[in-house]
Amino acid sequence: MSEMKERKDYTKGPLCLSGRGVTRIFGSGAKANTAVDHVDFDFHEGEFVSIVGESGSGKTTLSKMLLGLLNVSEGEILFQGKPRDISTRAKRNEYWKGIQAIFQDPFASYNIFHKIDAVLLDCINMRGGKNLPYEKKVEMMTEACSFVNLKFAELTNKYPFELSGGQMQRLMIARIFLLKPKILLADEPTSMVDACSRATILDMLLNLRDETGMTIIFITHDIGLAYYISDTVYIMEHGKFVEYGKADEVILNPKAPYTKRLISDVPKIHEEWDLSTVDLSDDQY
Amino acid sequence: MSNTLKNLLHSPKFMVGFILFIAILLTILIYPLFNPGNPLEMIGVGTFAKPGTYISLYDATSSQKETLKIANAEEKRIAAALSDEDRVKMLEWLSAYGVDVTEVDASNTDAILELWMANYNPDASIKGFTKSETRNFRLIQNRITELMSADTLIIYEEGAEDSKSKIVKTDYVNLNAIANVKTLPLGTDNFGRDVLKELVSAAGTSIIIGLIAGSVATVIGLTLGLLAGYLGGNADEIIMFITTVFTVIPGFVLLILISYSLGQDQRGPTIVAIVIGCTSWTWTARSVRSQVISLRNRDHVNLSKLSGHSLGRIILTDILPYIASYVVMAFILQVSSGILSEAQLSLLGLGPKTTTTPTLGLMMNWAMLYSAHTNGSWWAYFPVILTIACISFSLNLMNTGMDQVFNPALRD
Amino acid sequence: MGKVMLEVKNLKTKYITRFGEDVYSVDGVSLKIEEGKSLGVAGESGCGKSTLALSMMGYYFPPLHYISGDIIIDGQNISGMDPDKVRTTVLGSEIAYIPQAAMNALNPTMKIIRFLEDVIHAHEPKATKAEIRERAEERFADLGLGKEVLDRHAVELSGGMKQRTVIAVSTILSPKVLIADEPSSALDVTSQKMVIKMMKEMMEKGYIRSMMFITHELPLLYNVTDDIAVMYAGQFVEYGTAKEMVFDPLHPYSHGLMGSILVPEEGTRGMNLTAIPGTPPNLKRPPAGCRFAERCKYATPECFYTAPAEKMFGENSTRMYRCLMSEEALRAKYAEEGGASK
Repeated sequence: MSEMKERKDYTKGPLCLSGRGVTRIFGSGAKANTAVDHVDFDFHEGEFVSIVGESGSGKTTLSKMLLGLLNVSEGEILFQGKPRDISTRAKRNEYWKGIQAIFQDPFASYNIFHKIDAVLLDCINMRGGKNLPYEKKVEMMTEACSFVNLKFAELTNKYPFELSGGQMQRLMIARIFLLKPKILLADEPTSMVDACSRATILDMLLNLRDETGMTIIFITHDIGLAYYISDTVYIMEHGKFVEYGKADEVILNPKAPYTKRLISDVPKIHEEWDLSTVDLSDDQY
Repeated sequence: MSNTLKNLLHSPKFMVGFILFIAILLTILIYPLFNPGNPLEMIGVGTFAKPGTYISLYDATSSQKETLKIANAEEKRIAAALSDEDRVKMLEWLSAYGVDVTEVDASNTDAILELWMANYNPDASIKGFTKSETRNFRLIQNRITELMSADTLIIYEEGAEDSKSKIVKTDYVNLNAIANVKTLPLGTDNFGRDVLKELVSAAGTSIIIGLIAGSVATVIGLTLGLLAGYLGGNADEIIMFITTVFTVIPGFVLLILISYSLGQDQRGPTIVAIVIGCTSWTWTARSVRSQVISLRNRDHVNLSKLSGHSLGRIILTDILPYIASYVVMAFILQVSSGILSEAQLSLLGLGPKTTTTPTLGLMMNWAMLYSAHTNGSWWAYFPVILTIACISFSLNLMNTGMDQVFNPALRD
Repeated sequence: MGKVMLEVKNLKTKYITRFGEDVYSVDGVSLKIEEGKSLGVAGESGCGKSTLALSMMGYYFPPLHYISGDIIIDGQNISGMDPDKVRTTVLGSEIAYIPQAAMNALNPTMKIIRFLEDVIHAHEPKATKAEIRERAEERFADLGLGKEVLDRHAVELSGGMKQRTVIAVSTILSPKVLIADEPSSALDVTSQKMVIKMMKEMMEKGYIRSMMFITHELPLLYNVTDDIAVMYAGQFVEYGTAKEMVFDPLHPYSHGLMGSILVPEEGTRGMNLTAIPGTPPNLKRPPAGCRFAERCKYATPECFYTAPAEKMFGENSTRMYRCLMSEEALRAKYAEEGGASK
């Protein structure tokens, strides 16, 4: 075992994003389906938070609400201590300067008709750099690309689909590097890239946090990954947080039965994977 | 993008359709250069001249004659003068008269003529033939004797005393020496108009009608589909309600009613095309909407929203390019169905007004009104059907080819 | 040493794209699975592991084409056999295959018992419905599925149940080899565990006599199979027992792969993850030298033009790796870096 990496404690910083009784109900009447059910959370500045849940747990709906892409049915979201107001387009655009996202599928995240340059230039424009001289813009794009180990000179005039999945996802991080939002919401950014590229992307996210003090909300179904990367872990089941706390506490000493089951059902390397915890005749349709 | 084009060029279906369509277009553009003039000019007096080459009889008689002695000229002449029906009748008479004709073939002029000349007796009364039939046999006999006997045709100019020229059976004229020769590959129609010239012009008009109808349908369908799909909610409900209303009213009935109420004078080709377009946009709207709904939740659209882009920009740059290939395909089908709709409408007499431009549908309408289909004038309607089929076929083939390229699940 | 159930010798197959280009996705794979044993195949997406699974059934249809090599199932070589004969005599009874999205392959209008009738009738045309039902009920009860499942339609079953049902249906004839390509990766962890448990029970009860399990999830592979082979760019770069492969990988690629495993266990948080830069080579034109050279941090100029052969090593020479460097040299390099992979 190599020496433990030094990690600063980010869980005590000022509040960045909080939620009180956040709920989302799809449909109405008899068909109403509560995807997110009265959840409370407090994310701090610079904190690396993971929201862990299996498919259908409501984690993607929650992430859409945090991003302001989906309306909240009930409850409120507080941004930097104040209730979030995204009622007009101008206010939404202001909010989106503070929160940005990386999505799961890099192949679906790009407009395939736009070149890479356009993607990055758009970020510079959004940060008010529209009137900068072109040389300055190239310099900024080159810097952003080198932050994620890509060479801008090789990417310019290319289309995103000419890159591999891992490279596309890194370019997404370069985009975030240019935008420097307060909060980054990463929705399973590594689930569709190979194991070898995954490590690179995770390291870059950690670097991004360490350099800019960005809050990163990491949505994932992989509890091992969440444990490795995050300061705080929220476990989500059927639209509710069943347990949250510091990563070490939640993963090594789970309290909630769901967390316990989740951890025991994931195959492990050093501990025995106990198959006797499931009974084949239990599974009923 | 270039890869898609390469794929298209590799698709045999698309290429066959494309080449066929381009060939039709080129014909429409180039043919009038060789055969200029108004396609609706009535060059013939009388209806339905058969396809073929026509020479001026007047010019022929006044041209330089050569005497050629050609061995079986006589037989050919008689053979040409005896129609198939005549031959059958002649054989019937002979067999009724008691001659064994089982060995004789109806196309063998020599054999029939020999038996006929040897046996025909105009006074013999044979049971089983009507009076008119008996008279008909005499006429045939007269014609044959005339062809065999008359040696010289004498031509007088009107009012003149002396003959202008004499024509004997061995006189020939060089075709090149005749000043006026007219080839009508598809003959003439009921008004004596050159069918081929008319057809080429009509195909052009019909394609333009198809393009206008297709454009109108695609623009309406695309706009409503994009708005319904992207905005969702109430906008979607309202637009889909309108679309459903248009879908449940049979489009063709609506088309007939609109065409009828516009009246004959208002109905130029453009108006008919717009009317067709206005009744056929519903399925484009529906399918564009469903495509947009699946795109709306794609991450690149979400990212575009997060970048603060406006609604118009998102629709134009993040949604439209993705469905462009689909819209092109829908457009092609709309063009094809526009051409067919025009043909159907015109066949019912509700097409464009009839004096200035021909359309494929109008040609069918005229052929039908003047009973071309019952009097055997196939050239007045069959080439039109073939042209409509070729245009539709080429467009649909292009569409299928594109579908296979853009939609890999359909590749075999 | 047990009886060899499946042996593959230097198998090569290719895909032909629509533009007529050849993609050599399985390029010289040899493997052996003994009775009662299982082999796991790990690798990145696009390394050819799914193509390998398809190629092993000896049933080729375009765009997949056979080039050379032998597939021997319990002494019978099926590689040169007529496709129709393969379909009627080999598939299902000798070798069974479960693809990734198998659970979506069930026709929703048919009851489960009908699938079983189809499978059994293909091999035993004389079997009566009553016999089939008896066999199916016995097998399903034994696998904890319950015989009432037989009279249900696929849509009435949950994802995990569907997948287990597919596995039970495709192994009803007790095949000698089962090839499972990511059978559990679309499921939640609890259903995944049940699928694995059922497959293990099937091995114990002799319903399947050997298994090849393909996945990109290494912790899963470690817990499921006896041996693990790591595949890269159409070839195996290393194989050994599961324990050896996870805790003592030798090839630089497997070393990197094993160094990126994340599990919810003590110690994970302090790990230094190994990252391998670059992307796998294009299999339309495989590199002349070592296929991993471009991404390997230990590569020497020689690596780029000399293709390494398979080398055996370890106790009784039961492990294989494909690298120009010697075992000692590689171990020295890893020690130098502080054994970060542990």
